[in-house]
Amino acid sequence: MAKKTSTDDPLAPVTLAVGQEELLLDRAVAQVVAAARAADSDTDVRDLTPDALQPGTLAELVSPSLFAERKVVVVRAAQDLSADTVKDVKAYLDAPAEEITLVLLHAGGAKGKGLLDAARKAGAREVACPKMTKPADRLAFVRAEFRTVGRSATPEACQSLVDAIGSDLRELASACAQLAADVDGTIDEAVVARYYTGRAEATGFEVADLAVTGRTAEALERLRWALAVGQPLPGITFALASGVRAIGKLATAPRGARPGDLARELGMPPWKIDRVRQQMRGWSGDGVAAALRAVAEADAAVKGAGADPAYALEKAVVTIARAARSRR
Amino acid sequence: MAVWDDLIGQQPVIAQLTAAARDADALVTAAAEGAEPPRAASKMTHAWLFTGPPGAGRSTAARAFAAALQCVSPDRALGGAPGCGFCDGCHTTLVGTHADVEVVATDQLSIGVKDTRDLVRRSSMSPANGRWQVIVMADADRLTEGAGNVLLKAVEEPAPRTVWLLCAPSIEDVLPTIRSRCRHLNLRTPPVDAVADVLVRRDGIEPELAATVARATQGHIDRARRLATDERARERRAAVLRLPLQLDDIGGCLKAAQMLVDSATEDAKQVAEEVDAKETEELRAALGAAAGTGGRMPRGTAGAMKELADRQKRRSTRTQRDTLDLALTDLAGFYRDVLAVQLGTSTPIANTEVRDAITRIAANGRPENTLRRIEAVLACREALDSNVAPLLAVEAMTMALRAG
Repeated sequence: MAKKTSTDDPLAPVTLAVGQEELLLDRAVAQVVAAARAADSDTDVRDLTPDALQPGTLAELVSPSLFAERKVVVVRAAQDLSADTVKDVKAYLDAPAEEITLVLLHAGGAKGKGLLDAARKAGAREVACPKMTKPADRLAFVRAEFRTVGRSATPEACQSLVDAIGSDLRELASACAQLAADVDGTIDEAVVARYYTGRAEATGFEVADLAVTGRTAEALERLRWALAVGQPLPGITFALASGVRAIGKLATAPRGARPGDLARELGMPPWKIDRVRQQMRGWSGDGVAAALRAVAEADAAVKGAGADPAYALEKAVVTIARAARSRR
Repeated sequence: MAVWDDLIGQQPVIAQLTAAARDADALVTAAAEGAEPPRAASKMTHAWLFTGPPGAGRSTAARAFAAALQCVSPDRALGGAPGCGFCDGCHTTLVGTHADVEVVATDQLSIGVKDTRDLVRRSSMSPANGRWQVIVMADADRLTEGAGNVLLKAVEEPAPRTVWLLCAPSIEDVLPTIRSRCRHLNLRTPPVDAVADVLVRRDGIEPELAATVARATQGHIDRARRLATDERARERRAAVLRLPLQLDDIGGCLKAAQMLVDSATEDAKQVAEEVDAKETEELRAALGAAAGTGGRMPRGTAGAMKELADRQKRRSTRTQRDTLDLALTDLAGFYRDVLAVQLGTSTPIANTEVRDAITRIAANGRPENTLRRIEAVLACREALDSNVAPLLAVEAMTMALRAG
């Protein structure tokens, strides 16, 4: 959800929504507009893109109107404003008009940073709208969605919803709204499964993680999903190779080495070392050798040496999973 | 016969090329004097395919032949064979400035259709100096299939005075349809003694060092010279030859593979540093944004810059692959020596500097193991050729080497 800082009043003279997540940006705008409408139902809303905002346009918009009506001026993609317009906006920031609420949407980043800094300095209310990159963030988002509409959902339901829909926040939000509207009572896994099935996203790294822990069936299933959603095949062999490689490296690393030294020597981040250590059980030296050779063959097949790349990948996954149990 | 001097241990080929050049000269002379062309069966033809192992001197042979075709030495009138090495024609061809000799070589992975079409167009022109227009394709094996097909017609029936000289490692490296349109000349691996001899004579290298590098490279003249003159190349080779002793456990295998690939990448980066920055700067200057003028790139030039960057990237891939390939060749040579020791043959071992390692590994395994290892090295080269991720391919190889 949009996180609020400093003042919490949506009707602050200047609101700054920073980030690239379209849904959250839109929500920030909608919140301000709703608050303004609640205060005065005649509020005039002007939604402007950089090309609509010529030098001087802003001054025209924010000049006092005869009827003293409330106005919300939304400036989208403020990082792309031309230099002259930026000058206008900065001038306005120094002397904001009373009945005007200005909403600046900015992508963050280095482009147009001057405007961003100026708005912050002028004491704008800031709403963070960052892209959600971690799966845990998306899970939290779904949970919060249900909570806002006052519905309870089981953790499994949230998880399978995220699996089925993927990383597009807008789709996730509308799915949550849909479920909340259509279903009575607690939203559990069975309910989600009735509306949404499958898996929108599967990466080679997920396949590799399952394969190197010897879970053949799950790894194959995930591989099929990865192929179905169009993951590039060389990326999958790369992930498989790096999974097996990590195990080979760590298995022969000195036992008592400190995690920091180990991380540096093996070129892996410390959290990964812990994870690989878990995966390492059941692997033998010959297993690593066999698995790596299988991946190399699959890589050749994927790049045109084989008739059926999907089969080659499946074979490699099965070989890896078998090697992962070679010591048991 | 000076133009042939750089061609070592290839007497039969030289004899054939000299005869061809002589007939070609007779043809040109007759045409210049307005006489009937000689009726006797000519030993000259319009398309030649030079094959032979790397380092045997394919492109050297092609260039020497080109020089002989362009030779304007007055001795010819007195019955001397063309290819004196001193006249204008010979000299300019050998230094690469002759107007009618075009050498096509690429520093990228392949030669594409677009470049080839242009070449075909140029090949239909008449020679500027009235003798022969010679096109030397030093990397005919790098022609893509499409590019090869573009060449077909031009190679089959070139303009009357156009000669194609194609070079490739083996006859299988060019399309069958191209093959059948060329006269094939196979160069042999030059004898080790001859290579050592030429290193001493021409490059002034110490006889002892020359003998070592000639033996180590097994008749690859250019590599022998590089090894003899470049300290870094010797170091890299030594590192590669230490590799078979580092394959005791999985970690060692992975580390060795990483080392091989890293050093290849390093090499590519070094080449890139030498050339890329300069190239980029030149292009920027040509587009009107040289360093110092401090300006931004003019509108519409981003495409050209991107094209250059792409080309540089392809070149860097090629350098990396070549270096890796060289290392693998050294490795295969090492196991060849191991096999020679195991089988107790009289063949002298090539890598005398690592004799200890060779005997140790020979004692630890059987000839079958060694053969399998050689297979693994060759399989790795093939895998690299089919674009398998370099690190992965080399890792698979070191694993196979460890298993034996």
